[in-house]
Amino acid sequence: MSVTQLGMPKVFHGSGNIVADEPFPDFARRELKNEQLRANLGFATHTIRSKRASVVGELPDWQELRTAGSEIKQRVMARLPELLEQFEENVTARGGQVHWARDAEEANRIALDLIRAEGAEEIIKIKSMATQETGLNEYLAEHGVGAVETDLAEEIVQMGEDKPSHILVPAIHRNRTEIRDIFLKRMPGVDPGLTDNPPELADASRRHLREKFFRTGVAVSGANFGVADTGTLAVVESEGNGRMCLTLPDTLITFMGIEKLVPTFEDLEVFFQLLPRSSTGERMNPYTSLWSGRTEGDGPQNLHVILLDNGRTAALADEVGRQALHCIRCSACMNVCPVYERAGGHAYGSTYPGPIGAILSPLLTGVEDRSNNSLPYASSLCGACYEACPVKINIPDVLVHLRGKDVDARHGKGEGGRKRRMPDQMDAMMAGAKAAFSNASLLSLAERGLPAGKLAAGRKHRISKLPGVVSGWTQYRDVPEPPAQSFRHWWKKNRQNGTRQRPAGERADVEAMIEANAGLADELHERFAAEAEEQQRAADRAALEAKVEEKEEVQAGVSRELDAGGDGPRDTEAGSTEPERPKPAAEKIARAASEEAGPGSDLSDKGPGRADPEPKGNAPMESEEER
Amino acid sequence: MTEAKAEILRRVRAALADGPSAPEPAREYRRSSDKPLDAVLEMLVDRLEDYKAAVHREDLGSVAGRIEQLLGRSSRYVIPNGLDQSWLPRDSAARVRMVDSGHARKAGSLTVRELDAVDAVVTASSVSCAETGTIFLNARPDEGRRAITLVPDHHICVVPVSTVVELVPEAMRRVGPERPITMISGPSATSDIELQRVEGVHGPRRLDVIILDDGDEAPGGDGAGGASGDR
Ligand code: SF4
Repeated sequence: MSVTQLGMPKVFHGSGNIVADEPFPDFARRELKNEQLRANLGFATHTIRSKRASVVGELPDWQELRTAGSEIKQRVMARLPELLEQFEENVTARGGQVHWARDAEEANRIALDLIRAEGAEEIIKIKSMATQETGLNEYLAEHGVGAVETDLAEEIVQMGEDKPSHILVPAIHRNRTEIRDIFLKRMPGVDPGLTDNPPELADASRRHLREKFFRTGVAVSGANFGVADTGTLAVVESEGNGRMCLTLPDTLITFMGIEKLVPTFEDLEVFFQLLPRSSTGERMNPYTSLWSGRTEGDGPQNLHVILLDNGRTAALADEVGRQALHCIRCSACMNVCPVYERAGGHAYGSTYPGPIGAILSPLLTGVEDRSNNSLPYASSLCGACYEACPVKINIPDVLVHLRGKDVDARHGKGEGGRKRRMPDQMDAMMAGAKAAFSNASLLSLAERGLPAGKLAAGRKHRISKLPGVVSGWTQYRDVPEPPAQSFRHWWKKNRQNGTRQRPAGERADVEAMIEANAGLADELHERFAAEAEEQQRAADRAALEAKVEEKEEVQAGVSRELDAGGDGPRDTEAGSTEPERPKPAAEKIARAASEEAGPGSDLSDKGPGRADPEPKGNAPMESEEER
Repeated sequence: MTEAKAEILRRVRAALADGPSAPEPAREYRRSSDKPLDAVLEMLVDRLEDYKAAVHREDLGSVAGRIEQLLGRSSRYVIPNGLDQSWLPRDSAARVRMVDSGHARKAGSLTVRELDAVDAVVTASSVSCAETGTIFLNARPDEGRRAITLVPDHHICVVPVSTVVELVPEAMRRVGPERPITMISGPSATSDIELQRVEGVHGPRRLDVIILDDGDEAPGGDGAGGASGDR
């Protein structure tokens, strides 16, 4: 845990899996090569985007709900100390027990002690970002306690020993065949004849886990909401594994970030409308469980809540950034974000990916954390995330704010006067550009690799590479040129307005920015789709050429053989029958979706005249290169 | 107060040193329905079916026959002890109801393994929200403890017409936090494999909803006849 002086009282940053393993550009560079992931992710985000749009459109009062959601969360932050105490009081009054954890390690230790007190060697878990953040599973494993993830996707990720790539569909980077192979290899007692048909895979998981649900005495969960005035906890889910974990074991330990509170039971009516529609694009998720302490004869009798700080108070201390704590983890911002679609969830490293992760992770760890300080640059500032956010978090605004902080940090300001060494990636040019960079629309242009970047950098520096991380990013994004007209327009306006220095505390004009960038997200999404198609065509061409070459070679060989009295060209045909190139997963998904999705499902709705949403980027040439 | 608690509260207070304001949230969203009951019922049916629940409209005269048909000829099924048993078909040699006492540790309750072995569960429900197609269980005596609607693979849920509302806020006003609440919207489902929706993972894979015309005054507008009324 790092302690940072911000010219104010000390703030305590968090630790655990909120620190990227490596800076964003490094990871993004690698992830961008992973065609399968991109194809799947592109398909997932497209599908969820359109489902979300249609169910949000059903509600005439969506904006009023967003406003209420945002205001309730503002109120939570402003009154956090009293609400936390009220929550504890009510949980306790109803027979539960509340524990407080300053950081990830403390939370994990509390959980381990509780588990040991029950004598359990294995626990069951329902997906929880808080425990992923604290690295609970790894911690328990080190101490001899097994943690079984019970969400299908988490199970896939856990058995496949990798990281979730998307909050909602954590295993979207795996196709059905890979999942079948993982199950065959890792699932005890699995039917060796298991096919890759999704209902069969789901059934395998049902049978595998049922016994665990019945036997295991301790479950660990997260919480979507905690209600201060009743001590109620809420978990929103789909598969029923949550209900199993929350109902059958005798002991339930719930990890909850201190920001997850809502003041009153009544407030849930707002979030139960905002969350499912923004999240999975459903009117309501299949199951939501609410419990308030202990109920005699019904469900767990030992109930614990671990309230987690782990950097949240540091985020709260940032007047602009604290709104990131309003997040209800719906992932809508990810699904609308062109950068996310492009780079994939792994690239963000932290538990919290996408636009919200780009602000939340550095807020939790401090921008001084070298791995996370590149995250606020991973955005095109198109404003789509802000428009999609059900609690109106102004992500672009916070991004710009954090970039400013990052530059300050790199130049020795803002750390209680302690001078930092000069930055590694961002050089002095960045500071010189700061004034301009604090203007959001310029920044977005700069990141798009446009002349604006040059201008920002000053005369001497060429900005074919934007400084540091930004260049790492632009290099791998195919940035579309915006119409020259809009840039000239911008420049003219800026010249007229004179100085660019934004007074401290002034908010980026997000409305204007969104207007300036109108259509950018759509443009990018379409462009990516077109590009994926182009890639596919190139791959097909390459494959064809390879085939032709091979054929020629074989022909040549055959002629030689013929000369030597061989069997003739008949075999040639056979010889050239190479194994068929595996179909890109996305194609398969799309096919399956249109075949199997029920009537009225958006999965089959591809919308006439739009760029083909099916990404087809599984270039075998490249994946071979990778190895 | 533990050291950790004191420290976290101190951090929170320090973080809020700028004294951010806490406005009373504006609740300008819809909080009571202006739709006629028929339209609300139609909406409920539509949305339940959209999420793959089977829906049946019955009255007090036909409900037992419908349940009989849904259970099939051979069935051992569980009911909560507070259920109105006049809704049920007569027991036969092959079709037997098992009454759960409602308390997991007291006599007369089924174990988890027994629940796993039954064919179905029949319960009532507290309130249903048409706009989202959601049924709310509030662990009342005619709904039972949570495990009985979770472990069996087939849930037959009776929704009296008088408990149907249009909006989420209306529904939330009719359940209380004193007992556990389970909100159900269709059978369990996953989209984790290539985003293909698969019905039925761990919860009941079959959900039959019986909308029962119970002759009670229907709520129509805002919560008339509701358990806890309007706030
Ligand atoms: S920031 Fe907003 S849109 Fe993104 S996950 Fe959080 S609540 Fe959802």
